Amino acid sequence: MDTTEEDDDIKDLLEVIYAKWGYDFRGYSAASMKRRLYYFVRQKGTPSMKELPHYIVRDKALFSRFIEEITTNVTEMFRDPGFYRSVRANVINHLYSYPHLKVWHAGCATGEEAYSMNIILEEEKLKDRSMMYATDINRLVLSKAKKGIYPVQCLREYEKNYIDSGGSHDLSLYYCKAYDHFIMNNNLMNNIVFTEHDLATDYVFGEMQMVMCRNVLIYFNRDLQNKVFKLFHESLDLGGFLCLGAKETLDFYEGRDHFKVVDDAYKIYQLVK
Amino acid sequence: MTLQKEKYRAVVIGASWGGMNALQKIFSQLTNPFKIPILVVLHQDKTAGGGVIDILNIVSTLPVIEAEEKQKILPGFAYLAPPNYHLLVESNKTLSLCISEKVNYCRPSVDVLFESAADIYRHALLGIVLTGANNDGANGARYIREKGGGLIVQSPEEAEMPTMPNSALEVTTADFVLDLDMIAEKLNELANAIDKAD
Ligand SMILES: C[S@@+](CC[C@H](N)C(=O)[O-])C[C@H]1O[C@@H](n2cnc3c(N)ncnc32)[C@H](O)[C@@H]1O
Repeated sequence: MDTTEEDDDIKDLLEVIYAKWGYDFRGYSAASMKRRLYYFVRQKGTPSMKELPHYIVRDKALFSRFIEEITTNVTEMFRDPGFYRSVRANVINHLYSYPHLKVWHAGCATGEEAYSMNIILEEEKLKDRSMMYATDINRLVLSKAKKGIYPVQCLREYEKNYIDSGGSHDLSLYYCKAYDHFIMNNNLMNNIVFTEHDLATDYVFGEMQMVMCRNVLIYFNRDLQNKVFKLFHESLDLGGFLCLGAKETLDFYEGRDHFKVVDDAYKIYQLVK
Repeated sequence: MTLQKEKYRAVVIGASWGGMNALQKIFSQLTNPFKIPILVVLHQDKTAGGGVIDILNIVSTLPVIEAEEKQKILPGFAYLAPPNYHLLVESNKTLSLCISEKVNYCRPSVDVLFESAADIYRHALLGIVLTGANNDGANGARYIREKGGGLIVQSPEEAEMPTMPNSALEVTTADFVLDLDMIAEKLNELANAIDKAD
C-alpha cells in the first residue's frame, strides 16, 4: 500500500518536534496519532498540517497545547475492578515484607488510578510505609492530578468500580463533596509525588517494589515498548511487580524470562531473576 | 451500480442494537475458508466478557477472535473489537487498540474503525453498516466511499433498529442496500472472486 503524503507530513512533524523540543513521538502507533493530529489541526487557531512544523518550533505555547491534545488521558478510578481485586489477592501479601515501599505509577493521567491504588494501600495498612511516584508527559493532566478534584457525575461509576474491586467501605470515606466536584482526602495525597517524566526519553526511577503502567503502551510501537519495558525492568527491585493494562503484554520483551506471570488476565508480572 | 469484485482486501462491519443477531446470521453463512479478513465493531456493554465471541463462534463458519494490539490481520479470520477499546488499522496491516474519548458516545466506535481502515485499504475496503439505534458509522461510511471503497448497508426495513443504516444512507450512497442473507451471499461472492483474481 502506498504511504501517503499525509503520512509523510506526520513523519516530518514528529522529526521536527524531536529535534527542537526533545520529545520523541516517533515510536507512537501511527493510526491513533494520525487521528489525534487531525483533530488537533482542525481546532480553531491551529495551523494546518503543512504549516504546523514551521510554527511549532517557534511557539512553545503551541507545542504545549500539542502535547495536551495528542496524548489520550482518559482514565477512571478503579478502572478494571478485577485488576484491583487481583492486586489485593495476589500482590499485597508480598509487600508486607518491605519496610519501605516505592510505587511508580507511569502515565498516571489525571491521577484517578494513583488515588485508587493508594486507597488499597491504605486499606491494607501499607500506606504509611509507601511513597508513590506518579508521572506523566502531559503537564496539564499532572496539575489536575495534584489537585485531586473530579466531577461528581463520575462518582456513581467509581463507587461501583470500588465495590467490584473488593472495597469493603463506602468510597465516600475517601473524598469530600463540594458542589459539583469531589476532592480526594488530604491523607491520600501526602505520600504521592506527581511529576513530569517522559517514558520515551527519560531515565529510570530507582528500586521500585511496584511499577504500574496501564493503557500507555498500547500507544507505542514494539520498539518503543521494548525500550520502556527495559526501563521498568531496571527500575524494579528483585521481587517487585509490574502491572500493565489488560490489553498489553510483556510477551515480546527480550527480558521476558526474568518475569513470572502473577495474573495473566490482568497482566500482573513479578520480577523473579 | 456493481461492486468491482476482485478488488477487496478487507471487510469492516459496524453493528449496534440488534447487531448480535445480525452478525450471527451473516457469520453462519460465510464460506470457509473466507479469503478476506473481517474487522468488526459491535457496541457492547463495557463490562461484557468473552460471551459475544463464544456465541458467534458457535454459529460462525470462520474463527471469530478478539482483536489484540499489534496483531497481524490475516484472511480467514474475523476480528472483534474488545469492549471499551477503539479498534484501528496500522499501515503494516496490524491492529491497534486505543482508549481515547468515546466517539458518538461509543467505544469501540464504528467511525473510528471505518476511517482508520479506509486510510490503509482505501479502494480495497468494503464497509458494511448493520442494525443500530444511533448514528455511529455514518461518517465512517462516507469516508470509505471518499477513499474509493465499497459500501453495503443493511436494508432499514429488515434492521432490528433502522437508525444506523438510515444515518449512513443519509450522508452517502451505498453500492447495495440488502437483507442479511443477501449480504452474506454478496460477501461469499467477493471472497471467491479473490481466488480467481490471484
Ligand atoms: C490512556 S491514559 C492511561 C491512564 C491510566 N494509566 C489508566 O489506565 O487509566 C495514557 C497516559 O499516558 C501518558 N503518556 C503518553 N505518552 C507518554 C510518555 N512518553 N511518557 C509518559 N507518559 C505518557 C498520556 O499523557 C496519558 O495521560
